[in-house]
Amino acid sequence: MIKLIPLVPLFPLIGFLINGFFGKKLSKGLSGSIASVSVLASFIVAVLAFIELNGNATKSHVIDVFSWINSGDLKIPFQFLYDNLSSLFLLIITGIGFLIHVYSTGYMHEDEGFSRFFTYLNLFVFFMLLLVLGNNYIITFVGWEGVGLCSYLLIGFWYKNTAYNKAANKAFIMNRIGDLGFLMGIILIFITFGSVSYTEIFDKAGTVPTSTLTTIALLLFVGAMGKSAQLPLYTWLPDAMAGPTPVSALIHAATMVTAGIFMVVRSNVFYASSEVASETVAVVGAITALFAATIGLLQNDIKKILAYSTVSQLGLMFLALGVGAYSSAVFHVTTHAFFKALLFLGAGSVIHAMGGEQDIRNMGGLKGKIKITFFTMFVATLAISGVPGLSGFFSKDEILAHVYEHNKVLWGVGMLTSILTAFYMFRMLFLTFFGKFRGTHDQEHHLHESPPSMTFPLIVLAILSVLGGFLGLPEFWGTPNWMHHQIGEVLQRKGHSISMLSHEVEWILMALAVVAAGASIYFTYMMFIKHKVLPVAKEEELKPWQKVIYNKFYVDEIYDALVRKPLDAVSGVLHKIVDVQIIDGLVNGVGSGVKGLGSVIRLAQQGNIGFYVISMIMGVVFIILATFLMK
Amino acid sequence: MLTLLLIAFPFLGALILFFSKTSAAKTIALGITLVEFIISLGLFFLYKHNPDNCQLSFEKDWVSNLGIRFDIGIDGIGLLLCLLTTFLLPLIVLSSFKNEYEKPFNFYGLMLVMQSALLGVFTANDGFLFYVFWELALIPIYFICLLWGGEDRGRITFKFFVYTLFGSLFMLVGLIYLYNHTNVNGLKSWNIIDLYNAGHALNATQQSAVFWLIFIAFAIKMPIFPFHTWQPNTYVNAPTQGTMLLSGIMLKMGTFGVIKWLLPVVPLGVEEWGGTAIILSVIGIIYASCIAIVQKDYKRLIAYSSIAHVGLISAGMLAMNQQGIQGAVMQMLAHGVSVIGLFLIADILLRHTGTRDIDKLGGIRSMNGNFAVLFLIIVMGAVALPLTNGFVGEFLLINGVYQFSPTLALFAGLTIILGAVYMLRSYQKIMLGERTDSNVAFGALAGSDKAVLIIVCIVIVTFGVYPKPLNDIAEEGVKQLLTYIK
Repeated sequence: MIKLIPLVPLFPLIGFLINGFFGKKLSKGLSGSIASVSVLASFIVAVLAFIELNGNATKSHVIDVFSWINSGDLKIPFQFLYDNLSSLFLLIITGIGFLIHVYSTGYMHEDEGFSRFFTYLNLFVFFMLLLVLGNNYIITFVGWEGVGLCSYLLIGFWYKNTAYNKAANKAFIMNRIGDLGFLMGIILIFITFGSVSYTEIFDKAGTVPTSTLTTIALLLFVGAMGKSAQLPLYTWLPDAMAGPTPVSALIHAATMVTAGIFMVVRSNVFYASSEVASETVAVVGAITALFAATIGLLQNDIKKILAYSTVSQLGLMFLALGVGAYSSAVFHVTTHAFFKALLFLGAGSVIHAMGGEQDIRNMGGLKGKIKITFFTMFVATLAISGVPGLSGFFSKDEILAHVYEHNKVLWGVGMLTSILTAFYMFRMLFLTFFGKFRGTHDQEHHLHESPPSMTFPLIVLAILSVLGGFLGLPEFWGTPNWMHHQIGEVLQRKGHSISMLSHEVEWILMALAVVAAGASIYFTYMMFIKHKVLPVAKEEELKPWQKVIYNKFYVDEIYDALVRKPLDAVSGVLHKIVDVQIIDGLVNGVGSGVKGLGSVIRLAQQGNIGFYVISMIMGVVFIILATFLMK
Repeated sequence: MLTLLLIAFPFLGALILFFSKTSAAKTIALGITLVEFIISLGLFFLYKHNPDNCQLSFEKDWVSNLGIRFDIGIDGIGLLLCLLTTFLLPLIVLSSFKNEYEKPFNFYGLMLVMQSALLGVFTANDGFLFYVFWELALIPIYFICLLWGGEDRGRITFKFFVYTLFGSLFMLVGLIYLYNHTNVNGLKSWNIIDLYNAGHALNATQQSAVFWLIFIAFAIKMPIFPFHTWQPNTYVNAPTQGTMLLSGIMLKMGTFGVIKWLLPVVPLGVEEWGGTAIILSVIGIIYASCIAIVQKDYKRLIAYSSIAHVGLISAGMLAMNQQGIQGAVMQMLAHGVSVIGLFLIADILLRHTGTRDIDKLGGIRSMNGNFAVLFLIIVMGAVALPLTNGFVGEFLLINGVYQFSPTLALFAGLTIILGAVYMLRSYQKIMLGERTDSNVAFGALAGSDKAVLIIVCIVIVTFGVYPKPLNDIAEEGVKQLLTYIK
């Protein structure tokens, strides 16, 4: 089965081609089925290959597809690497991808762009699989930019809406800022190692000066900041919520945005060798985690809350990477994929029920009307808030323990983030599902549970959100940490992420986390259930500090003033003044200076043009013929 | 002989058109250019990989007392550019099927003359012959722009003509200087290898002088900053097919010229002054990209984006390493294909809506989804998305510049951000959103337009996914070239 790994990306590619070329002629049922089945087929191959890999002594397999770009020393084969890291990501992408395809057949059913939606979605899965399967940075980069394209297409899916189109442009362009850094990093890797293939460079990292490794690691991280929405390149992700909700679940929560984490784990040897780079990753991650969680406190759009939550959780994962806890980061990627995909899909189900409403101020009391949605979202909220026993608890706890060991201040930031997370998540849950319904009469009348195609994925993801923690039970419990073992295989500096803390400290940290989460939930409960606090209807009623948070610290406005407007202004000046007047003016000046030459040529222009053409050609022919004939 | 046929065939076709004065010139021209494409495919299949020297050559003494020979042949890089030329010409002809030009026999005849001259430039192995073809190529395009161009064509075309001619004269001086330093058994020679040897024998100062004499001509032709001001007006005013010839193929004369007639001739001169030229090129990338961002006329926007693209090509090849030069070759091919698609789109917009002003357009996607998809694929090729043909070249180019200077590579790399800004913004304004008044009924595309766009898209994707057939030729061509430089 491992030899058949190229089938995994191939199936969605075929699905993409079928729907892309013939989608309009197919019925919605067939179009959706082709797309879903293609991802299901990939999932099955991925599972079988995964089983084989785990029973196999060799943990790293290189699969040649074809020879791609060669340029002197630079050889870039189209080649896949199937190992513990990529195999796990394949399962997440195809597994959750399949569920979201099924969900979308219900969610998008009334949309006129139905087959177009699945075309894009299949293409996305294809590129995402390339990203994780590549055996060199360029193939990863192909997937990396490819998912960016799909993200662009899906954010702007409803293309008649100019605001959505602008959000799509913003996502693409901001990602390209990161991609430039990534590309520079790749080139530096080539220049340093003479290769870009994973299986050829990582072993040689020890022979390279640390300063070079630091530069490489930081450049790659710039790419990760774009794709995984870290400060300062995060503002595209909240705007990306313009896309249909299943897209937010698949691309902007579970898979694409974790590509940055994947890439750092893949490149772990560079980070493990560079203190500076690791510290940077940790600090950026920590700041992002706290910053985004803060913004999430006061948002009223259900998808925006989840978007900031995603940015925040991604920050937490980078914090883990920065302290060398690679397997903990991957663990959190996995559990986060479960519960965040569930939260988005649940939000989609809510929006569906509410007839397109996304403002939680107009919701309330939905728990009795859409029971499956409520129950599954409740589970996910518990999981992300770190309630003991659920998946998020284990992965977050593992990260915080490693951070504590590394740096107490960063740990504090992580703890604070967790407390805020529990707050904004329960705020969302309470305002949406509890209390009185605050929407219109029509909406109340219309309320209904979503069809089985949508509730089935919710239930599966809810089960995974509960049980996902078993992938990485704490080692100090004496239980085997499967995830740690699995990811440990792809780490060049082994043993880096084994916790050196004593069991007592680990227990205390865990207890602290539980108490903090509990207190935060209790506080939220008192606020929104007991005292029935509601978010204010108008922005003017907010206190000044709330206004700043509500307006996302005005970051978009600041970027606009610092980058977009100056760029447009400078470009206008370059065009109208520098180009037209100065440079071209100089050229024209020289031109009039040699007017003599000009007037001579101008004379020729007044003759009979047709005659001129013929005589020119005849002249040339004559010269050529004459010289040949004279030989 | 096949190489000779390659050059002579369109020329003969042009003569037929000129004398027949037929009104079916379009169709005949299409037939001729298609046959010509098949001839070039013949060259492609006869071409043997990893050659020691030029293949399929044709040599005859021409002006023997001056050492001038009619000497043409195929090397890897030349072959690729011949393929590009012969592939694009039928597309350019086809793209004109919805336009009615007066005296079509002259219009298409001139295009064919142009093709002969361009192919001559790409195959000439004699310095003088190269110069003759170089100037010969200017004449037909001058008339195409002058006779069939837009409103202000007289002034603009004149400036274009004088400007490029002005540059070429410097090149002629440079070439004659080299020629005077050749010595083959006591005789002077225009042969390219002899010119290389003559150039290498010069000291650094002399090489620097020759570098600038020749480079000016190429720099104007491409054009790179700050020699570019003739270009936007000329591109915008020329008839669409003229613009395609200029941007798709003619600017490659400049880049090709640098690769074959400058880098291996005066390597010390390049070492001395290449950095300056790279800096100018990189300034041009950012400068032209910024200006493209604020353009309203889509055709002018593409014209500026072309300056940005060629700036990167220029910077990469002047870095004088395998990746940089190979990237330049690959990017010439990619740019030629996508820019033709983009200029055709500008023409389609004008024909269907009466305007190319991106602020007045909008909502076309909802009226013609297929056009939107084809347009988007070409846009993605232009912004060098991986798995489009634009990526291979762009990656190698930035890589090449990086080896020269990481800082310059970072600035050059800004093209991947700024390119996305102007391409996506304009695509959005033209195609997306709600429909506007000016394009109430953007109907189906004409068959010929559709055919061209589809072919362009197929090439963009095919050679993005599998560039090997072209890339291998480019790789060995550049390797061979580098042996002359080192």
